[in-house]
Amino acid sequence: MPKKIENVGCPYCGVCCDDLVVTVSDDGKKILEVENACAIGNQIFHHATGSERVKLPRLRQPDGTYKDISYDEAVDYAAKVLYNAKKPLIYGFGSTNCEGMAAAAKVAERAGAVLDNCASICHGSSFLAIFDNGYPSCTLGETKNRADVIVYWGANPAHAHPRHMSRYSIFPRGFFTGKGHKSRKIIVIDPRHTDTAQVADIYLQVKQGHDYDLFDAFRTAARGHEIPAEVAGIKREKILEVIEIMKKARFGTIFYGMGLCHSDGRNHNVDIAISLTRDLNDFTKWTIMAMRGHYNITGPGAVWSWQYGFPYCLDLTKKDIAHMNPGETSSVDLAMRDEVDAFVNIGTDAGAHFPIEAVKHLRKHPWITIDPNICMASEISDLHIPVGIVGVEVPGIVYRMDNVPIQYRKVIDPPEGVISDEELFERIFKRLGELEAEEAAKGPAKVAPVSVRAEE
Amino acid sequence: MKTVTLTLTNPPELMLEGQNITPDNFAGKKAAEIATLDVWEGKQKSPLGKYFTVEGDGGATAEETKIVLRGDCTRVKRIGQQMTAGEIVIEGNADMYIGGWMKGGKIHVKGNVDSFCGIGMEGGELVVDGDAGHHLGSSPRGEWRGMQGGVIRVAGNAGNDTATFINGGTIVIGGDADIHISTHGEGGTVIVKGNAKGRVGGQMVKGDIYVFGEIENPLPGFQMVGEVEQEVDGEKGRFAHYIGDLGERHPVSKGKPVYANLYTRI
Repeated sequence: MPKKIENVGCPYCGVCCDDLVVTVSDDGKKILEVENACAIGNQIFHHATGSERVKLPRLRQPDGTYKDISYDEAVDYAAKVLYNAKKPLIYGFGSTNCEGMAAAAKVAERAGAVLDNCASICHGSSFLAIFDNGYPSCTLGETKNRADVIVYWGANPAHAHPRHMSRYSIFPRGFFTGKGHKSRKIIVIDPRHTDTAQVADIYLQVKQGHDYDLFDAFRTAARGHEIPAEVAGIKREKILEVIEIMKKARFGTIFYGMGLCHSDGRNHNVDIAISLTRDLNDFTKWTIMAMRGHYNITGPGAVWSWQYGFPYCLDLTKKDIAHMNPGETSSVDLAMRDEVDAFVNIGTDAGAHFPIEAVKHLRKHPWITIDPNICMASEISDLHIPVGIVGVEVPGIVYRMDNVPIQYRKVIDPPEGVISDEELFERIFKRLGELEAEEAAKGPAKVAPVSVRAEE
Repeated sequence: MKTVTLTLTNPPELMLEGQNITPDNFAGKKAAEIATLDVWEGKQKSPLGKYFTVEGDGGATAEETKIVLRGDCTRVKRIGQQMTAGEIVIEGNADMYIGGWMKGGKIHVKGNVDSFCGIGMEGGELVVDGDAGHHLGSSPRGEWRGMQGGVIRVAGNAGNDTATFINGGTIVIGGDADIHISTHGEGGTVIVKGNAKGRVGGQMVKGDIYVFGEIENPLPGFQMVGEVEQEVDGEKGRFAHYIGDLGERHPVSKGKPVYANLYTRI
């Protein structure tokens, strides 16, 4: 008899839907049906048992092919790469649990590595703005129950966070928002007329790269000063109309995405959005929230801030001093400036997401990919270590986009012999300790580091 | 004044962190002792002498010590960081954080520098003959008390985020500046002799900015209030005077709000 598992968390986007119902075959080996999830979340579950999985670590051979090796050999190889490099980079963590992130941080500290997560090429600029200007935010539940004006700025949840609008922002009926979308005003600000813009009451087509100017106009208008006849492609009358709606709201939330974080100015766009939110709180209640991408990309920010005081771009090469300065210690900058000499890609796909020049620089040195699936990064690596899929085969804590921790569960077992990210990093940590002890036993004459390549 | 000459003979494979290369650390040390000071290449700590040949001894104090750097220091960071006195001359290019958090003395770079130079500066003088990267004279991440004093002069162009959170001191850019000048500024002066791309004085509370050329995208929060005749960095000219950022909070002094000033040459 197939088993129905209820209230399962979805390991896809930052919305972290926790109302999924997964039907598993009676032998517990196959996922038969996934209810309530969006098309992408659905696919993640079915992919786990519906396709051929890599079950053993694979090491690149001199002829360019992969050869299966044991987990012990893979752990030894990874530990030696990290140990011998002068400045290794461990990057990723968008799609793993907080337990894995904490274990990886232990490894990074012992190996003297740079520890970075996907925020580095995503919402990292939000962190910088938050450092500078604070974060007047709320939980998604508050938005659902209270908000009557919603702004999506540079975000397209219709595609990137498919259930965000129906669960939290536009359509749900909350405690004080019993009329659902009928009682809500939706404002979408984006250079492109996206599918999200289709459901908006007001759509402002801001000139690409001029969001900062438009925010400045909103702030200036909110304080009663004159603004030019047109700012960033938007007419003065429209700006005044929108700021009036914002001032008269009972409760509003600005959701922003990559349109602010990754157009010219980056952190300053978010910074001034936070300033506008603060200004609006002179009139009514307004909040702001980053549309975090992966289901647990908020996790490393929470875990590492607790461990080291910084959420990302952590330079732990001095071991007892954590240093953070994106632009210098951020993954892409480190790669482009040839500043790292080993790379570990975990729970993400740097091969697909990084600029090709950065990938070429990183590829000069040993490259290890830790991922359940075959991806672009796994195909150009020296070593690919498969692990269980968090949220499907491995349980753990994940942080939703509003910094709410949720306990995820597993619905099936991982393929036989496949271990979790946490166990893998714990084993690498142990092996690093053994290498340190061996080196210490040899005496003070430490030889110059020799890089380890699969070809050798 | 005694001169210590460092010549980069064995360049690093990665980047070299040379926060110990300051007159303060070299003062009172013989050449052989200077060669034993720590520098970092990633997690690897090595003596300075591994990468540089050291000639000459340091003076008795930082004031009496001059450091000359020869060879290609494009991949050497943090030269002159936190220095309080003395002089550093870099004959070519240098990397990031040159003169970061400096309190006194003088640094002269004859080539270009990368980002984060002169960040958190409190005093002294940083002169760059070439171009500067981003975050010139800016505040460190998350620090809302930026540059406090001192002078930065860049003959060439500067990148973006110049003088973020500036509180005092002067920055003179001979060429053009990219976006964001004096964002969140609460004092100080920035002079751009070329053009500025945009977002000049965004979220600025107090302080002055002069732009001799054009501002490609002026902010809506700045309003023209008149014209003034002024001498700026030795050049006389007529400037249009704007106040702003009107979207930002402003302190009140003697019953009147205090705004930041932006001057563009007419």
